[in-house]
Amino acid sequence: MPYTKTYKLPFVALILVLFLCFFANISLGSVSIPFQDVFNSLIGNSTGNESWQHIIHEYRLPKAITSIIVGSGLGISGLLMQTLFRNPLAGPFVLGITSGSSLGVALVIMGASAFGGTLASVLVSKWSIVIAASLGSFTVLLVVLIISNRVRDTMAILIIGLMFGSITSATVSVLSYFSSAEELQQYIFWGFGSVGNLTWYELFILFIIYAIGILISLSSIKALNTLLLGENYAKSLGLNIKTSRLLIIIATSLLAGTITAFAGPIAFIGLAIPHMTRQIFNTSNHKILLPAVFLFGAITMLICDSIAQLPSSDLTLPINAITSLIGAPVIIWLLVRKRKMMF
Amino acid sequence: MEFEVFLLEFMTKNKPHIVLKTQDLTIGYASKKVKTVIASNINIELHKGELVGLIGANGIGKSTLLRTLTNVQHKLDGNVSINNLPIENYSNINLAKVLSLVLTESLGSKNLTVFELIALGRQPYTNWVGNLTVDDFKIINQCLLQTNIEELKHKKCYELSDGQLQKVMIARALAQDTDLIILDEPTTHLDMYHKAYILKLLQKLAKETNKTILFSSHEIDLAIQLCDTLIVMTKDTVTIDQPCNLIEKGVFNDLFPKDLIVFDNKMGSFRVKK
Repeated sequence: MPYTKTYKLPFVALILVLFLCFFANISLGSVSIPFQDVFNSLIGNSTGNESWQHIIHEYRLPKAITSIIVGSGLGISGLLMQTLFRNPLAGPFVLGITSGSSLGVALVIMGASAFGGTLASVLVSKWSIVIAASLGSFTVLLVVLIISNRVRDTMAILIIGLMFGSITSATVSVLSYFSSAEELQQYIFWGFGSVGNLTWYELFILFIIYAIGILISLSSIKALNTLLLGENYAKSLGLNIKTSRLLIIIATSLLAGTITAFAGPIAFIGLAIPHMTRQIFNTSNHKILLPAVFLFGAITMLICDSIAQLPSSDLTLPINAITSLIGAPVIIWLLVRKRKMMF
Repeated sequence: MEFEVFLLEFMTKNKPHIVLKTQDLTIGYASKKVKTVIASNINIELHKGELVGLIGANGIGKSTLLRTLTNVQHKLDGNVSINNLPIENYSNINLAKVLSLVLTESLGSKNLTVFELIALGRQPYTNWVGNLTVDDFKIINQCLLQTNIEELKHKKCYELSDGQLQKVMIARALAQDTDLIILDEPTTHLDMYHKAYILKLLQKLAKETNKTILFSSHEIDLAIQLCDTLIVMTKDTVTIDQPCNLIEKGVFNDLFPKDLIVFDNKMGSFRVKK
């Protein structure tokens, strides 16, 4: 029966691919470390090479875990937005959630000097950036939600999201005009996106908030499936629309907001991964989609990060460029091949 | 215990169980300053196993009445009760267990299979993640059989014709296992054959399942032939009675302006004036 179809084989395959990508991601980089040594190091055996050990434990392992969190988290938040707004174009970016984060960060990095002296140094810590980004994304989402309650037309909501994007970039322009080169550089680098540079402690905090977001998403599976029928039907099936909508939006802003805060505004994943998953699995059932988006997101992000590291060279490309360069052709290919968008 | 069941059966035999009841209901829209009354003094009683049609001209307030009966819109005055309990006393989830809907709006996603869509009708009864039990499967399969759509089970909703989709939506409402099913214009966009097919199906379901089915429709001829009871909305009154009594009373003559069509009492249908 299709409803009980559990897609066991694809899931096993995806999990294997995820492990493969995970090890490949750790093994590849400016210094190539053989698979066997990566494995030995991860299970606690000595590799006999102190610097490899250090690179793996202090740099590559946290980076790989961050990639998994970023890819799966953004993918899932995109899925939640697409279902909630019943719009295939929805995603953290389009609705201005990421713009909100950017604005928050811009205000902290470039506006901090306005407060002057010691306060500035307190403000521009990693934590204040994280908090500013989260607050920014949550504020924008709340405004979008209030507006979406008044405006029935979903297209209007998307345009409003884009407007928030414009307001953000305009505000950032004004701020950058008055800020120092150093601050500007700091902001621009944040904007490139990066899954590296996270300490274990930062990763721990990111993971906690991410886990809360994922748990809320999991608890919303039934609501998400009901929302596939449209809001009036969902209500007639006993769903408390307001609560469910609030939970879905909280999960999205926790996931997208925190990830953007720690890793910068990473493009494309949130919009593309849910589409890729729907095309490949050919279902709209969130019991299947949610774990599948998780796996696809994590795998895609690991691959993109591996490429961004440019194996065997000292250069690192901005991860943002890679996600779009790799992801967009894949989506185009999938849509053209199937000729029909599954939504 | 057995005695109670016996007593209940005895009572219901003599006095058919009232599923939906309104008392002096006034419907319309209220803003802060102005109250727009669309219809008032609505007193209807719908019994178990009845097929009830709601007819009236465009803009007379059929949708407003249905929205008020389903608690989507607030009433202005009076009472609406389902199974003797005022509708506003129901929580969302409990209302979903006594009242299911088939609406005119299109589905949010047509990428669901027919089986998945009907299974969503079990939502008020399933656990937090929506897993189906053996009983749920039984009920869903029974609904597929009752609506003659067994062979569509594995199809995606975007592959269906309008007529097939309407049957699937009815099956979904059936799967919700409620005493009352309300359908908003279930025959729009359908051809003549499928209009008759859907209404005939509703008649069969009301008999077989002993559920009360209320639908609004513009198919007056068909409704007169198939319904147990009709609710006729005109500008001044809302009348509820058996179709033959309504014809005798001449209610249908006042349904529309008389310049173009007239009701033929003998034929039980409308004719274009020559």
